[in-house]
Amino acid sequence: MLVDGQERPHHFNGAAPSVVCFVKEDCPTCREILPVLVALHDAFGERLPFLVIGQTTDGNRRLAEQFEPGFAILDDSALKVSFAWDIDTVPTLFLTAADGTAERTLVGFVRDEWQALADHLAGTFGVAPAAVAWSELPAWRPGCGSLSVDPLIADRLRAESENSPLRARRIEIASHDDEFEFMFDQGMGDGLPLVPPTPERVMRMLAGTQRDPQEVVAVIPPNMGEATVEKIAINAVMAGCRPEYLPVVITAVEAICTDAFNIHGVMATTMGASPVMVINGPVRQRLGMNMKLGALGQGNRANATMGRAVRLVVRNVGGARPGGTERSTLGNPMKFTMCFAEWEERSPWEPLHVERGFRAQDCVVTVFAMTSGPVQMVDQDSRTASQLAGSLGLCLESAFHPKAHYGTDTLVVVCPEHVDTLWRDGWSKEDIRRRIQEVTSRPIRDLVENEVSAVGFKKSAAAAMTAEQLDRHLPKFRKDSDIHITVAGSDAGKFSGAFHGWATGEIGSQPVSKKIEELS
Amino acid sequence: MTIILDPTDERVPVARQVAPRPARITGTVALLDISKPRGNVLLDRLEALLSERLPGITVKRYAKPTFTKPAPDALRRQIFDESDFLIEGLAD
Repeated sequence: MLVDGQERPHHFNGAAPSVVCFVKEDCPTCREILPVLVALHDAFGERLPFLVIGQTTDGNRRLAEQFEPGFAILDDSALKVSFAWDIDTVPTLFLTAADGTAERTLVGFVRDEWQALADHLAGTFGVAPAAVAWSELPAWRPGCGSLSVDPLIADRLRAESENSPLRARRIEIASHDDEFEFMFDQGMGDGLPLVPPTPERVMRMLAGTQRDPQEVVAVIPPNMGEATVEKIAINAVMAGCRPEYLPVVITAVEAICTDAFNIHGVMATTMGASPVMVINGPVRQRLGMNMKLGALGQGNRANATMGRAVRLVVRNVGGARPGGTERSTLGNPMKFTMCFAEWEERSPWEPLHVERGFRAQDCVVTVFAMTSGPVQMVDQDSRTASQLAGSLGLCLESAFHPKAHYGTDTLVVVCPEHVDTLWRDGWSKEDIRRRIQEVTSRPIRDLVENEVSAVGFKKSAAAAMTAEQLDRHLPKFRKDSDIHITVAGSDAGKFSGAFHGWATGEIGSQPVSKKIEELS
Repeated sequence: MTIILDPTDERVPVARQVAPRPARITGTVALLDISKPRGNVLLDRLEALLSERLPGITVKRYAKPTFTKPAPDALRRQIFDESDFLIEGLAD
């Protein structure tokens, strides 16, 4: 069933002889034969149905306006009928028998064939021949390729007809080409080799999720590209993920594409920001993530490839590429990948996701926009919680610039030995935050531009303040809750870490946590 | 041949690399007729001109079975294996 320009349905039921003709408006041969079709319809249209099928909606409208045929031009802009009828060339005309099979098939325009068809119909129905000035028509016109065999469209049509879940454009890499070099040349990656996303590998990757491959997970700036589950799976293959990682990657893409996280700003800023993914919940063990020795470094497939997959989605689907909208002055190696799991079992405190409102057994991805780090906070000497949290504060004062207060937030990764020191004194995360704010508090008069550095309050602003206002102390972070605390790392070593944030709050990026629904 | 799925939002055609341009035409030049009308006329003329101006080269003629479909793999491989240059008569 197809509809015409007025949305009226037309059926080919194969119960009576019919003329079925496929045309495409931008094909000169189709335009040339349309008056012939009109004449045939005028002569025989009352005796047998004419189903003229056009391949573009706008083109059909133009053909109808120009030739004013007595028949409707049916809309096959989805090209499903053209594909099902295996049309290679337009025009292709079928005279179908009463049982629906093709009695005659005319491809392109061969004048003798068309004239023979007209004579045949006139003889069959015992009516006058069609009014066609045959001698004025060319002897032969080859026609044009059917849109349904256009290489850009045919694969999609084939996948649909085979009920394949894959819809992405297929790219053929010639056997003489090296697929790894080809992908480098196409700019599909981050500068490291990529696993070729063959249909077979993408199908295996899709087995990692129950979600519909064509579900649009997010719309990613700057291109506002639609990140379908399939597109995310393709990039996950390239990044080296295993299928069971896919739900984490999908959830992370959802999280970074929220208004609160603001991936566009995070990518576009000259400051060099990038998402850090923190994974909480039972999924950490299920995927074999590293949360212990070297948790923030290389060597673990799940950590490395999930973070990389998210970055590739942003680059390929969103179109954020260095030199385009990604404008980082220095860049940042964390732009390759940055994903780790919290060692919840080693922590005496509520893990990050529980603090942020989830249940302990939920699997959760938290994304944080970082510009620096992980910066090591070295303290092998403090033996009290107060001293150690004080050290963390002093180290964190360098975020952005020691004189820049209230500008950013931080994600702190406390190592187990430091955890023990803090917990021996019974310190909560709130105690740690308060101490950090306490030791970083400076009177505003110390934060005014001076001969050492012009960063901070402007002199003109300070001049307008009272002595009391200048004595007011400002901590490093606007809110205690801008200090996010996690636990990871090996049992040995007194080296905690901190990611320094980007512009925080509504003008910049706020951390976002999302539950991995499929795994929770 | 390997097929991969496009990881991008598909807004731009896949860029194909242009082969390096040699300074001189030597060896075998393939002329490919895609089987559109009068493509052979154009290629006949080209063959004559090439043979006249570059007497050292060999010209080989090929044809696609139909203009509506991409060249079969075997034909592409044959042209690649037998030729150094390719001129294709497109459209009509």
